Amino acid sequence: MPRGSDVFLQNISKIVVFIILAFALYLFFTGHGSPGGGFIAGLMSAGALLLLALAYDIETVRKVIPIDFKIVTAVGLLIALCGGTGSLLFGEPFLKHAFGYFQLPLLGETELHTALIFDLGVYLAVVGVTMTILLTIGEDN
Amino acid sequence: MEVVVAVIVGVLFAVGIYLILTQDLLRIVLGTSLLTHAVHLLLMAMSMLKTGAAPLLGRGKEEFVDPLPQALILTSIVINFGITAFFLVLSYRAYQKLDTTDMDRMRSESSKHRGRRR
Amino acid sequence: MSLLHLLTLSPFLLAVLLPFLGKAVPRLHKGWFAAALSAFVFAMLLGYLADVGDGSPIVESFDWIPSLGISFTVYLDGLSLLFALMITGMGVLVALYSIAYMNAAKESLTRFYVFLLVFMGAMLGLVLSDNLLTLYGFWELTSITSFLLIGYKNEKHRSRYGALKSLLITMAGGLGLLSGFILLYVMSGTYRIRELFEAGAPLMSHPLFLPAMVLILLGAFTKSAQYPFHIWLPDAMEAPTPVSAYLHSATMVKAGLYLVARMSPIFAGTAEWFWIVSLGGLITLLYGSVASLKQTDLKGILAYSTISQLGLIMSLLGLSSLAGIFDGEEQLLYAAAGTAAMFHLLNHAVFKGALFMAAGIIDHETGTRDIRKLGGLAQVMPVTFTISLFGAFSMAGIPPFGGFISKEMFLDSVIEPLHAGVFGLSTWAALFPIVAWIASVFTFVYSVLFVFRTFLGPRKKPLMNKKIHEAPFLMVLPPALLALSALVLGLFPGTVAYSLIRPAAEAMMPIVTASGERLPMDIKLWHGFTPALWMTIAVVAVGILLALTVRRWMKLYAFIPRRVSINRFYDISLRFFEHITVRVTSLYMNGSSRSYVKYILGFMMLVLGFILYSSTDISYRVGAYAQIAPYEWVILLGLAAAAIAVPFAKSRPVAIILTGSVGYLMTLMFVFLRAPDLALTQMVVESISVTLYLLCFYHLPKLRTERRAVRFRLPNFLVAIAVGVLMTLVALAVLGTNPFDPVSDYYVRESYESAGGKNIVNVILVDFRGFDTMLEIMVLGVAALGIYNMIKLRRKATDVGSRHVSHEDDESDDVADRFRKNQYGHDGPIEVSRKKEPWINCVSDLNDKAPDKEKNADSDFETELEPDSDPDLSDPDSETDESRKKGGDLDA
Repeated sequence: MPRGSDVFLQNISKIVVFIILAFALYLFFTGHGSPGGGFIAGLMSAGALLLLALAYDIETVRKVIPIDFKIVTAVGLLIALCGGTGSLLFGEPFLKHAFGYFQLPLLGETELHTALIFDLGVYLAVVGVTMTILLTIGEDN
Repeated sequence: MEVVVAVIVGVLFAVGIYLILTQDLLRIVLGTSLLTHAVHLLLMAMSMLKTGAAPLLGRGKEEFVDPLPQALILTSIVINFGITAFFLVLSYRAYQKLDTTDMDRMRSESSKHRGRRR
Repeated sequence: MSLLHLLTLSPFLLAVLLPFLGKAVPRLHKGWFAAALSAFVFAMLLGYLADVGDGSPIVESFDWIPSLGISFTVYLDGLSLLFALMITGMGVLVALYSIAYMNAAKESLTRFYVFLLVFMGAMLGLVLSDNLLTLYGFWELTSITSFLLIGYKNEKHRSRYGALKSLLITMAGGLGLLSGFILLYVMSGTYRIRELFEAGAPLMSHPLFLPAMVLILLGAFTKSAQYPFHIWLPDAMEAPTPVSAYLHSATMVKAGLYLVARMSPIFAGTAEWFWIVSLGGLITLLYGSVASLKQTDLKGILAYSTISQLGLIMSLLGLSSLAGIFDGEEQLLYAAAGTAAMFHLLNHAVFKGALFMAAGIIDHETGTRDIRKLGGLAQVMPVTFTISLFGAFSMAGIPPFGGFISKEMFLDSVIEPLHAGVFGLSTWAALFPIVAWIASVFTFVYSVLFVFRTFLGPRKKPLMNKKIHEAPFLMVLPPALLALSALVLGLFPGTVAYSLIRPAAEAMMPIVTASGERLPMDIKLWHGFTPALWMTIAVVAVGILLALTVRRWMKLYAFIPRRVSINRFYDISLRFFEHITVRVTSLYMNGSSRSYVKYILGFMMLVLGFILYSSTDISYRVGAYAQIAPYEWVILLGLAAAAIAVPFAKSRPVAIILTGSVGYLMTLMFVFLRAPDLALTQMVVESISVTLYLLCFYHLPKLRTERRAVRFRLPNFLVAIAVGVLMTLVALAVLGTNPFDPVSDYYVRESYESAGGKNIVNVILVDFRGFDTMLEIMVLGVAALGIYNMIKLRRKATDVGSRHVSHEDDESDDVADRFRKNQYGHDGPIEVSRKKEPWINCVSDLNDKAPDKEKNADSDFETELEPDSDPDLSDPDSETDESRKKGGDLDA
């Protein structure tokens, strides 16, 4: 179904999608220090994919990203759960996080935080849920 | 500003409730959305408005606005998205099947629907 | 968690595992698991016998809800041990018996044994827990499991009726019990039974003491089927016989007795306790023994006899409370009543268990339990005959069986109050021996007739040509063991007297052993020529005379009025409540969700409005207002305008876009209110939501073009305005009232120090309140799956073929349809419906026309014999009588 035949929109979105995705990535990683985090990044990534779907059509999105988003949701939930359970191994309460500062090549002193694992779970779950909803409705006829 | 926000909360609640009491399923969904906005504003107003900078540390500020309502609202926004989507699809499916989003007609339509097929 | 805890909870554990075990070993009858577990617990409990027998109870505590002071404390003293051993011991025998009785091919055994095991666990928990609230929990659990077990044959009307009756009556008592326990807590400040014992005298003078006592006794009397709450027990005989043998002879009905014995140290010594318990017991004893005689169903006879025997023990418990107000020699005389109660408790479990199982065997082999059709079975079923003989003789109080000894002790105890001279006993004490003697005579007569009419005499017509033989070994073994025990208890009562009975009696009457001396045991077969023995001799003499002439005076029963009976009262009040409930419910449950929303809002306004109006701490004055910049005015007014415009939008897309613009304006508000995270999120969410709406319209263009304005409705408008005004007030009140320091200071302080994040909002989400966030994304996942199912699953069905779809849809519609029909009596919009609620139907159906009106092949039989119906059980005009008889006959 040649739904999105707007060449202008298609060409712009090709670039914009990557900008949005990069921005989402940035929001995700700086979430602990400045505005951002798993929720926002997840919604924004889903928004980028949605833009792609509007500019082209859903089949194209399916082809470009051949992932079942239900599974992304499940994986996200699992990561969040496991990230939380990890602290149990150290005799700490569920979802207790730890962090430290490390010298990494290229990046210099960096803060590494187990909360990021949990946030990754949130991110994946939000992307998965949003895309599942959108694609499900979009593909209905 | 607090008093104005309180009045706006009231307006949003009134409109939301009024929409929820209509027959049209789609407008009921919109009503719940407005209610959510009203609750968000109420939560923001609870901890007084603009009492400091945005709750981000390490930027040379000492006073912050209350971060807790913001965390609650963030959760609420995302949940509300899920619920709205669910309601929307529910009314969408109802319309597909029964040809109406009128709450009162749905019941009779559904029994007619059944009767026709038997 | 201790070993005792594990033992108490092990039946629950097995109940959970049983379905899987059954799958793993499909050929093994599931009863073996239950039998093995009971045997194991029984053996383990025997190990405590020595310690507990020395008078040193075992306490193990396990905090359950520490914040409410509720702990699962297991307390094993003599009383608990006696009951626990009865529960598990009878459990083994009943499980073995049921292996032969329950047919694996015909019945769903997993269900049966799961119920049975849960019941056993609940009973164990009941007798072992030291905390009143856990005791109450287990108490109600026994009611529920007993309901499930009585209604096990749930396709039968009478089963459901009996189950519901027992549930309603015992639950009503259970509520009384709970209130009584709470009153005890109010008075003493503790839920622990041990601590209540020590509360002592100040408790007695408390004004709530009497209400608490009456309420607790209500619980005990309903559970133990004391007059006038006995009516559920005969109907509970619809249960499979192993269940009757277990629940309604040895365990559940004894829970009430346990409670009375357990509470004795708290309440004993007051006149009210003495009179209610002993007189209630005596009336029940007399009533049960008289009513038992006119039963024709073997299990019916046993049911009324159980009622009567429970009354006997209850009256003994009441008499023993006199020990609390005397000391020295006299105290011991009255304490003997307590010993008698404990001993008879054991005896009754033994002989009644044997008799129930024997009745089950007869039913199983001949296909009927109607005593009028039975006779002459002794030749073909010699073992069952012997068992029944032993059991019945023990019940009748004939030497050398255990029942004789406890009956002697009972008769001794009822004579004792003649010398007491307290509580007005000097005038009324004569009542006790007289009533007890009359009841004993009747007990003797029905016991003897139970055996002789079943096993001796000629074979009756219906069973003349039937080949009847002895039951299989496994079925005969448990009652045979019980019958043997009845004999052993009579010949060698010392086997249990010191190890089991004395600790139990001492636990019940701690006042007797307060000086450190042990309670003397006087349990032996030969007491010499005491007044009690003369009474027994008279009982036997008169009893034989009455038994021989039974047909002549049976007609007297016809004079007992039938119209006025407790059962009639129960049925009528049940129907009345059902009617009222339906009427009241249909007044407001009209099927329109809009009305429900209005109820909720109305209630909310009522509560919130009342609080705002009445509370004096609330101020609407805000301390310091934040400034509003001109551009903020624009946004705020735009927000209000967009929202108000939504209801006026005629087409749906306009309404959606207006709502969306409210959302985007909210984004700006978040920016001004210094919430960058919220602004970002709200913006993206709003965009995605609007896309979602548009997608829906893309697939359903009609939905987009259909123009329908919202019709103005004044009531809705008023409700909406009222809620809006109220919420404005709430917002102002919230702003003006700050009773606590904000908790968020903690988050601001600790965000960087302990969580290493600078974005406080994000730190709260993923760290401080991470659990909330996790549940939140789960909610999201559920919503996504729901949406996926709504759209995709239907699609798959379409792919298969249209016929299939319609069939499938039909089915689901059928379910909804049936539900609606059941719920409201009809489909379509709901008006006032007077149709019956399905779960309660059995009552009205019984009294209207019995739907399962089968051809009764034995009708000629019934007419030629004397009217057997129980005045208390039924109304002669209704079908109840007949279906009851049928229930007995067909229950094979």
